[in-house]
Amino acid sequence: MTVHTYDDSIDQIKPPVLSVGVVGWCKRNLFNGWFNSILTIVILALMFQIFPPFVRWAFVDAHWLPSGAGCQDGQGACWSVVSANFRFIIFGFYPHDLQWRPLLAMVILVALLFYSRDRSRWHKWLGWGWLAALAAMGLLLRGGLFGMPVVESTQWGGLPLTLLLSVFGLTAAYPLGVVLALGRASRMKAVKSLCIVYIEMIRGVPLISLLFMSSVIFPLFLPEGVTVNKILRAQVAIILFTAAYIAEVVRGGLQAIPQGQYEAAESMGLNYVQTMRLIVLPQALKIVIPPSVSILISAFKDTSLVVIIALYDLLKTTKSVLSDPKWMGFSAEAYIFLALIYFFCCYFMSNYSRRLEKELDTGL
Amino acid sequence: MTQTNEANENGIKENDTIIEIINMHKWFGDFHVLQEVNLKVARGERIVICGPSGSGKSTLIRCINRLEEHQRGKIIVDGIELTNDLKNIEKIRAEVGMVFQHFNLFPHLTILDNLTLGPIWVRKTPKKEAEETAMYYLEKVHIAEQAKKFPGQLSGGQQQRVAIARSLCMKPNVMLFDEPTSALDPEMVKEVLDVMISLAQEGMTMLVVTHEMGFAKSVAHRVLFMDYGRIVEENNPHEFFDNPQHDRTKLFLSQILH
Repeated sequence: MTVHTYDDSIDQIKPPVLSVGVVGWCKRNLFNGWFNSILTIVILALMFQIFPPFVRWAFVDAHWLPSGAGCQDGQGACWSVVSANFRFIIFGFYPHDLQWRPLLAMVILVALLFYSRDRSRWHKWLGWGWLAALAAMGLLLRGGLFGMPVVESTQWGGLPLTLLLSVFGLTAAYPLGVVLALGRASRMKAVKSLCIVYIEMIRGVPLISLLFMSSVIFPLFLPEGVTVNKILRAQVAIILFTAAYIAEVVRGGLQAIPQGQYEAAESMGLNYVQTMRLIVLPQALKIVIPPSVSILISAFKDTSLVVIIALYDLLKTTKSVLSDPKWMGFSAEAYIFLALIYFFCCYFMSNYSRRLEKELDTGL
Repeated sequence: MTQTNEANENGIKENDTIIEIINMHKWFGDFHVLQEVNLKVARGERIVICGPSGSGKSTLIRCINRLEEHQRGKIIVDGIELTNDLKNIEKIRAEVGMVFQHFNLFPHLTILDNLTLGPIWVRKTPKKEAEETAMYYLEKVHIAEQAKKFPGQLSGGQQQRVAIARSLCMKPNVMLFDEPTSALDPEMVKEVLDVMISLAQEGMTMLVVTHEMGFAKSVAHRVLFMDYGRIVEENNPHEFFDNPQHDRTKLFLSQILH
């Protein structure tokens, strides 16, 4: 038999200098072998070629004033196209002196999103709060109550329209998608095939064609004199489209729930609805947070497709600014600004979802 | 055998049948998993079911709370026959507790919520009362201090004890155990068996599928040996272990007792 004994000083031995700290990091990550060393050097050279000119164009030589002075002959970026048309890009044709209303609606949305980040604040009344807030946001946009003048939906545009389409679209599409997923997993043949047909049909068609159908074909079936609001039609098309994708993602989550969970729930005497609501869906939906957020992000960006049915969302307002002869040459600046807005929103969503995952992590 | 409803010295109420299985058959597709099973369980009786894997012992107890559907014969639990009637099934499931090999705790709920879920949603017990009951049973399985934790933070043995407490919270008349210690590390088997033994001492009717022969010897009133979907031999534990009759039983015992 052997008993191993160790000197206490063994704890105090430090790792070799070359493997820790900045030197160690560089060696491991940048100059790890001849191939990686060459790559590092080439990439550094490329960055040196690209970045200084870009910084010079975007910041040093740039023009910022709304007047646009110096834009035509200058070398740098002309951010004037953004600063001069900022309110039009963001709010579209919404009446100028009423633009505080969509602004307030967006502030409410962001505030509620921030408030809902902590799981400890999730109570029943928060759900009601969300419903109330959604109604309030709609009311703020539309007006007509509490002495607020009515703003017709034909005048809605810009960022509020983009957010409206995506937020309302996703809140409606998610429950619908969950129902479709449960239907597809159902043991009832009729329900199952109905859901499969719906999901596969919608997924087999591009969103643009659905939008066209909602704006061109759908009105043909309505009786004369009846019109359905164009935004509402686009909204419904987006909801139907997104729901099919969410259904498939949720189905993946349902399949990840072990049979034992169903059995444990059943053996307690829980019925189908209780089993799904209390046991299966909470776990399945948590699993599918990352792919769900991917769908939400792409749905958010896809709302820009409403351009083709002549709705003035964020992309369309930017484009119409660029059709003004005065700003015609500055599309790069305008699109960079647009990209930044989209990036900011999408990055916010993906950060939000990662936080949500952490909040819901229960260690199994 | 006494002809009264009083419990005899074993704690068995001979005349009070709680589970009756008559000529029951079950098939998985073409495979005949259970063949003409007849079994009568008296209230307070403790039965250990053993047998080689694939012999149908798990399927048998899963039929009793309708996790599996039988195709011929009758199963009557506490006077209610198991049919396709969902109401009956849910009623029986609330009366019959089940403990699984892999615990099957709900990982998204705390231990306490795992225990109160059934009473609150099936029995419609007020939340406060359900929590008191839950704490009582957690105390009983020596795990009350973990009530606020999630299942993933507990060891296997602790999880299985929670699973037993979760079943008990429904105040069942019968407890079914489907290999409750098979998925545990060896040093955790005892803590689970101890809980089951104390449950037995309180007179719970138990059907246990297990290979823990020590448990069978000390706790069971009757041991059933199953093979190829049939109950091959049944006897009291002394006779069963010391004097097995059937060749198949002898072979099985010689293999597991070394």
